Amino acid sequence: MGYTIHSVNGPVVTAKGGRTLSMLESVCVGNEALMGEVVGIRGDDAVIQVYEDTAGLRPGDPVEGAGSPLAVELGPGLLFNIFDGILRPLRALEAASGPFMARGTNIGALDREKKWDVKVLVREGDRIAPGTVYAECRETDLILHRCVSQSSGTVTSVRPDGLYTVTETLAEVRGPRGRTEALTLRQVWPIRTPRPVRGRKPIDRPLITGQRIIDTLFPVAKGGCAAVPGPFGAGKTITQHQLAKWSDADIIVYLGCGERGNEMTEGLEEFSELPDPRSGKPLLARTVLLANTSNMPVAAREASVYTGMTVAEYYRDMGYHVAIMADSTSRWAEALREIAGRLEEMPAEEGFPAYLPSRLAEFYERAGYMLTLSGEEGSVTVISAVSPQGGDFSEPVTQNTKRFVRAFWALDRQLAYARHFPAINWITSYSEYTDDLEPWYRERFGHDFADLRTRISRLLLEESKLMEIVKLIGADILPDDQKLVIEAARVVRLGFLQQNAYHETDTYVPLEKQKAMMEIILYLYDAAKALLDRSIPISQLRGTGIFDALIRIKYDVPNDRPGMLASYRGKIDDAVRGVLEANL
Amino acid sequence: MRIDYIGLSEINGPLVTLERVSDVGYDEVCEITLSTGKRRMGRVILLEGGRAVVQVFEGTHGISLENVSTRFTGRPMMLPLSREMLGRVFDGAGKPIDGLGSIFPQETRNINGSAINPVSRQYPRSCIYTGISAIDGMSTLIRGQKLPIFSGAGMRHNEVAAQIVKQARVGGDGGEFAIVFAAMGVKNDAAEFFRRDFEDAGALQRVVMFLNLASDPIIERILTPRCALTAAEYLAFTLGFHVLVIMTDMTSYCEALREFSSSKGEIPSRKGYPSYLYSDLASLYERAGMIKDCPGSVTQVPVLTMPNDDITHPIPDLTGYITEGQIVLDRDMDQSKLYPPIAVLPSLSRLMKDGIGKGFTREDHPALSNQLFASYAKVQEARALAGVIGEDELSELDKKYLQFGRLFEENFVKQQPDENRTIDQTLEEGWKALSVLPPDELDRIDAVLLKKYYAQEGAMALRGNI
Repeated sequence: MGYTIHSVNGPVVTAKGGRTLSMLESVCVGNEALMGEVVGIRGDDAVIQVYEDTAGLRPGDPVEGAGSPLAVELGPGLLFNIFDGILRPLRALEAASGPFMARGTNIGALDREKKWDVKVLVREGDRIAPGTVYAECRETDLILHRCVSQSSGTVTSVRPDGLYTVTETLAEVRGPRGRTEALTLRQVWPIRTPRPVRGRKPIDRPLITGQRIIDTLFPVAKGGCAAVPGPFGAGKTITQHQLAKWSDADIIVYLGCGERGNEMTEGLEEFSELPDPRSGKPLLARTVLLANTSNMPVAAREASVYTGMTVAEYYRDMGYHVAIMADSTSRWAEALREIAGRLEEMPAEEGFPAYLPSRLAEFYERAGYMLTLSGEEGSVTVISAVSPQGGDFSEPVTQNTKRFVRAFWALDRQLAYARHFPAINWITSYSEYTDDLEPWYRERFGHDFADLRTRISRLLLEESKLMEIVKLIGADILPDDQKLVIEAARVVRLGFLQQNAYHETDTYVPLEKQKAMMEIILYLYDAAKALLDRSIPISQLRGTGIFDALIRIKYDVPNDRPGMLASYRGKIDDAVRGVLEANL
Repeated sequence: MRIDYIGLSEINGPLVTLERVSDVGYDEVCEITLSTGKRRMGRVILLEGGRAVVQVFEGTHGISLENVSTRFTGRPMMLPLSREMLGRVFDGAGKPIDGLGSIFPQETRNINGSAINPVSRQYPRSCIYTGISAIDGMSTLIRGQKLPIFSGAGMRHNEVAAQIVKQARVGGDGGEFAIVFAAMGVKNDAAEFFRRDFEDAGALQRVVMFLNLASDPIIERILTPRCALTAAEYLAFTLGFHVLVIMTDMTSYCEALREFSSSKGEIPSRKGYPSYLYSDLASLYERAGMIKDCPGSVTQVPVLTMPNDDITHPIPDLTGYITEGQIVLDRDMDQSKLYPPIAVLPSLSRLMKDGIGKGFTREDHPALSNQLFASYAKVQEARALAGVIGEDELSELDKKYLQFGRLFEENFVKQQPDENRTIDQTLEEGWKALSVLPPDELDRIDAVLLKKYYAQEGAMALRGNI
């Protein structure tokens, strides 16, 4: 006798009637075969979270175990595509059931019809082991898809190179126990199990994002983790979109976890139109989109972060640098809380389950710079948005996230109100990667990069202290050297930190220009300081308009002509000379 | 054949429990008949073996363990739909209450709806002009958007919502408008205010009203927005209307949900609200949008009163995380009789960026609104400083900012409840206010636009001042 439904409470269903279901086993629930997963076993009861709306389920309906944990299909065809939280292709779902999501449509992630031009890389008699690349095909213009073996054995037969679908056999392997296994383009991996690697490598290179405040002040390393916490309206999603568009990862996994439907549509449209800055091909050619919007079932939202991570690891194992944008992990934590509530588990802080920190840790620790089983280098970088309740960073999700990420880009409501974007607060944000990445910056940009960064941060820090005084007594009372700090910091804030995501030139800025901009701003600061030493008031230099000219550098100097920046030194010299002459 | 179950085993608040039922599905609707012959509707919210917990929409008063019989209908809660709904008034559960009899349905739909597939969505790009400068100019409403009004008890949010409804015009290619109005736990006066207002504007024939007043049962309140949105989806995606959905007051809705959750014995999360409040609100708000190859659209303007004017309270907080921006009303502005009392800085429209500017409203709109935001933020700093050291001690520049702030509030934000401004008038008022600031303070506007609009309008304003 098989399992049948005993009780239904929202997305949580219990089944009775057997003792064979195992923890985290994937199950089909009810007559419509809704997908679910076993999350607890209490005596004869198996507790199941269901990934679809449970309306209409009745006690007595059948429940069938799949015999394996919840797993997703991996293979060519993930790129250029958009999926839900358990990797069902949304375009195929649309074709099957129209513009509104229907239940019980179980469609595999990969297109069964499409033929790929495959090159088979193993020969008869070859011994393969986990990590052996047995075939490859061009998945998109940008990405060569490598099929990495998960098992070991001896190749007994191979098919010639040619066109194959994802399920057609490419080669046959006899395993150590004599079992024959067919190798295809398609693989299956359980989402909650990290994919194995040969080892971790030290973190030593940044993920270049083209966003000035990130690249210079608070960089994130390839294989690192960064969190973007902020109240609503502070620009979390725009920051994520900017990184998805411009960062120099090979593959982007964009995970919309419990967020807005319109945003995913926007992302899909933008990524299919915008060209990749390095190759000119559409960004979608290197992007996998996962959309589990806020009104889609909550259990699938819980699973979606693992799905996203599994896809990221899959491409990492081919030797790519992958960045996963998780927007937002707070929605994931809330899904955990919601399900824990339905399971009547004892709540810890703010109703979140006590295992929240360990789940977060498990997720973030799957990031890293790895030596893959095939001996290649690949990385998974996690950029996760956090949506703290009430914008209060002391809440449990933000606090626990802080423990497992090393770059923290705190978005600030006040900056957003003043439309200062990206609204990353330069006082409360930090990155622990700066020291790890120091050699990389030194090698490419010389010793002074770190010095420039330090000077810029000091200037900003000094300004923020002065602003406390200014708020009380006004800026006019300050002595001239402090006025200069405020003026120079204004140039840094408006001309350097503020970056216009919708401006053609300003949306992405190469590191060379970032460095040159810092140099020129500090050059002005030093020149103005020299004037102060001669007791010439700073207002005179301000009157020349040189400060405002520097603020507009970001728009006026094209990214491909950093040489133009040198001319600004001349302009500064001229302005200073003019002021000096007027004071003779 | 359907079985009648006689009697109950437990009654707790709006929930009743039946034992030994069979063949009943989760979320199924049932009819409960009292011995007096009165009928009530209910819905299955928990099944455990043969035990079913049912929430009774009209409340459990007068129900005893013995005096009822229950019949399950075998389907979820459905709403009959037809074009005739326009101009009609329904209760919170979708039953007509205007005395004109029931409607002849073209089709019936599950009120819970289902999620729109993200690939089927059309990204909203064309704006709706409301004729209110603070909205059109600074937080433009876009067709298919969900833009809530965050208010507080006693502020004039109803007037703002009514003005939006009366003046709303579709930019671009036009199309027919319909309005779906859902009242949840509002006072009779407020519902009457809206009805009269729609009548005065001659719009009553385009309005579908769902009324769950403050004294009506709370379980019905949980159904009200779902019925309203089902009607809206039908009008928009089947009949092709541009539907504007006004839902007021979301705070009452959330409180009803909390009451229901606690009577069900669920583990509470923040401020006693159920842990699924976010998912529940999302299942409502996400029903706004446009679908590819469908002419209509569903635009939502939910109104919520922030308890104690606290924007970090779970209701406005979770709402803000789901909706595409918010219009925030300000107590001080309201007290000083400045109408509309829209606090410009915390207000935001996320979809605005793609629906304004060249080809949509006017080329200078994005830069101008950006500059107004930035400059108005500085006004707040100057005011704080003036509060400490006095206005006379301020620098010349700070004084100019104060002047800009006054002009902006008095001429740009302030307008009459029946004043319908065009987008050109709105932008002109913005440039006029900016003209008191020196050009080098306008760092958000590029030189070309500055030359074209600032000089021209600035000179005009100067002439006007002298």
